[in-house]
Amino acid sequence: MEMPKPDQTIIDRRSQIINDLHSIVPGEGLIADEGELKAFECDGLMAYRQLPLVVVLPETTKQVSQIMAYCYKNDVKIVPRGAGTGLSGGALPLEDAITLGLSKFNKILEIDYDNRCVTTQPGVTNLAITQCVEDRGFYYAPDPSSQIACSIGGNVAENSGGVHCLKYGLTTNNLLGIEMVMMNGEVIRIGGKHLDPSSYDLLGVVTGSEGLLGIITEVTVRILRKPEIAKALLLGFESCESAGDCVAAIIGAGIIPGGMEMMDTFAIQAAEDFVNAGYPRNVAALLIVELDGPAPEVEHLISKVERIATNNNATYIKVSEDEEERLKFWSGRKAAFPAVGRLSPDYLCMDGTIPRGQLAYVLRQMSILSQKYGLRVANVFHAGDGNLHPLILFDANNEGEMEAAEALGADILRLCVQVGGVLTGEHGVGVEKRDLMGEMFTEEDLKQQQRLKCAFDPGHLLNPGKVYPTLHRCAELGKMHVHKGSLPFPDIPRF
Amino acid sequence: MGEILKPGDADEVLDIIQWATNSAVALDIRGAGTKIRLGRPMSGLPVLDLSALNAILYYEASELVLSASAATPINQIQQALAENNQVIAFEPPDFGKLMGTPSGAATLAGILSCNLAGPRRIQAGAARDHFLGFNAVSGRGETFKSGSRVVKNVTGFDLSKLMAGSYGTLAVLTEATIKVLPAPEKVRTVLICWAQDGSYDHGGVKALGDAMASPHEVSGAAHVPAALAHLSGVQFIAETGSAITAVRVEGPGPSVEHRCRELRQLLGRYGSTEELHTTNSTILWREIRDLDFFTHDMNRLIWKLSVPPSEGSRVALKILEGNPGDALYDWGGGLVWLAMEPREDALAEVVRSFVREVGGHATLFRAPDKMRATVSTFHPLDGPMHSITKRIKEGFDPNGILNPGRMHDDI
Repeated sequence: MEMPKPDQTIIDRRSQIINDLHSIVPGEGLIADEGELKAFECDGLMAYRQLPLVVVLPETTKQVSQIMAYCYKNDVKIVPRGAGTGLSGGALPLEDAITLGLSKFNKILEIDYDNRCVTTQPGVTNLAITQCVEDRGFYYAPDPSSQIACSIGGNVAENSGGVHCLKYGLTTNNLLGIEMVMMNGEVIRIGGKHLDPSSYDLLGVVTGSEGLLGIITEVTVRILRKPEIAKALLLGFESCESAGDCVAAIIGAGIIPGGMEMMDTFAIQAAEDFVNAGYPRNVAALLIVELDGPAPEVEHLISKVERIATNNNATYIKVSEDEEERLKFWSGRKAAFPAVGRLSPDYLCMDGTIPRGQLAYVLRQMSILSQKYGLRVANVFHAGDGNLHPLILFDANNEGEMEAAEALGADILRLCVQVGGVLTGEHGVGVEKRDLMGEMFTEEDLKQQQRLKCAFDPGHLLNPGKVYPTLHRCAELGKMHVHKGSLPFPDIPRF
Repeated sequence: MGEILKPGDADEVLDIIQWATNSAVALDIRGAGTKIRLGRPMSGLPVLDLSALNAILYYEASELVLSASAATPINQIQQALAENNQVIAFEPPDFGKLMGTPSGAATLAGILSCNLAGPRRIQAGAARDHFLGFNAVSGRGETFKSGSRVVKNVTGFDLSKLMAGSYGTLAVLTEATIKVLPAPEKVRTVLICWAQDGSYDHGGVKALGDAMASPHEVSGAAHVPAALAHLSGVQFIAETGSAITAVRVEGPGPSVEHRCRELRQLLGRYGSTEELHTTNSTILWREIRDLDFFTHDMNRLIWKLSVPPSEGSRVALKILEGNPGDALYDWGGGLVWLAMEPREDALAEVVRSFVREVGGHATLFRAPDKMRATVSTFHPLDGPMHSITKRIKEGFDPNGILNPGRMHDDI
């Protein structure tokens, strides 16, 4: 992975930059000691590491604004960082960039039950939002599996999902407003407690922009009442095809489950060995289908799903008897990554989305690729929305194996795009999938996306080297190409 | 209206835009023209008529995804979906009658470009939440795409969100993909029938708040004051002569019945409650969605206010104090429609200053062309928001040839 060439003049000015930043953020909010910088050298994508030039941890919007204005004026690059749990390297430091961490923005600012929303600083964890409202029976719906640690600001940057997003949406569908500091230090507020923008949907474009457009300093999200009850079914199948057919039939019957997850044999065995979730071991594919809502609805839908499963040749059907058992069903799925990780010194977690109808084909092709590269692949899958998480097992100590794992991962993502899918469903592009963007987008597509970037950050100072494989200068992107002659289209009807 | 250019396909759209941008000719972009009275009038510009781009291109019911050419009529899409018991969940409104433009003709790209959504907005999201991907021609005369045909995707910037609600000022959509969802099996509406005297705006909005804070998955939450309720096409409502508060629940039969019972118990303290079944529910929510209540007097101005839901009635009543008009509340109070007697300044300063106090925005939704040419129809943008909006526009349409001024003076 090649990162933009560090600017030596910035590195040479390091001590001056540290001094200047110290006057904005005094005391321990500035980290320059090499030993302490180590803690920031990577995010959840641990294969890539780089010490930042310096880390700054502001506490107020004003400080963020001053830092941004300073960097804007002095051509210093910035890598934003939330909790550092991202899986695509979005917070990977650069040698010539300051890492701006939001961990000190850790307060919940307002709980507004009348308008069913919470306003919080961005460093607050996803789970803490639910925890602050659950005594009144509310929760925040998007639930990425890192929710105990990941920050809400990071969720906005990555447009995080979770197992319940088929029914309740991603971050973008649950976000009402933000305060954001622009690269030039200006502070803007987008949205609030009302729905929908009056002008361009900036909230929509900032969500999932992976730290390329601004620094988020405040977030307002909507909260929902917890469903009355939730129940889960475990469904086992002799083939992935049958499991896939069952998923299509459930949706075809008009049912949108709260969660619908699939695991293949490898993942089932690994999870069972690790947490003993009570999964059947003699099936090729396992579905966990969760239904939530009012009790009569859940009972009604559970029996409907049972019938559909039987019609689709399920060989194993078990409905959770109580809350404890429901959570046990989920324990295996939630522990799937570490469970698979236990079987191998290292693993890569991929994140493509495919049209669900292509599942059986993609799994077959994946097993061919797995053999070709000589690396094992386990599959867990958000079956409801087609989001695949193949886990590629490897040992970085064996020469060439990491490169092989990355090449296999890239082939899997190319396969996803070939069947009409996408490179990433919820983890983001970051550095990990950056060089594959050309598989999905033309040069024109990518240039147009970067013109949006230029409107926010004309000097490419915010998180450069992430998401887009080639950095075009904004002046160059702005140039107009003169098209063919001005005598227009004689064949088009005119009235 | 100027000359009409009618491309037959996306390639011809590209040709026209390349010519227009080279020649610095600004265009008035249209599908079926049902929304020409939204935003600033585009009088006199050559019209880019996209109505020939009309076909469903991809529909896979089990994938919950549909792609169609830009000007495919929403009605045609809904028919195709109905065959598989699916719907466009954000309930695209039909403002034909309200605006004095053709009814039943609205197109996919038109609805998306204006980001319009009906009562189910509170549960299912707006048009922007269902807009998965598109192909378009930018004002630079370049074809580009964004998004995809799968429901979960975070690859690159989410330009679909940017296109939604941009009123054709950034690019000309040629094809769009949306998420579709199963049609609800059953629908019922719980009504609070208020006492005869008074419009109960505050009580209604408070009751809606209670319903939306319940676990009963409310998919419509509206309050109709007495002055409007008598215009309802639902006979029962028209005859009660009182204000009504309406709460909709949808889903499998046993669930809907259960939730209706629970909601009647919850809301019973506000007044007597009634239930509407399928037919009447459908009529009521359609007339709320399409604003049929304001189609009787076409001279009145219509304002659309988006505010924090709990503030809806307070803001509306402050504006209406001393200014004759009617308010209709949707989205649990968060969407306020005001119909007011015409005034030259459209009362814009008054409306917007009250909205500013609580946070939100106000759009002058229906007004004569002349008034929309002088009064800002969209909520004015403050300093930094104006400059970022302008820079975004310049990145997509540097020569300002796509619906210039439709939203804001220099955008």
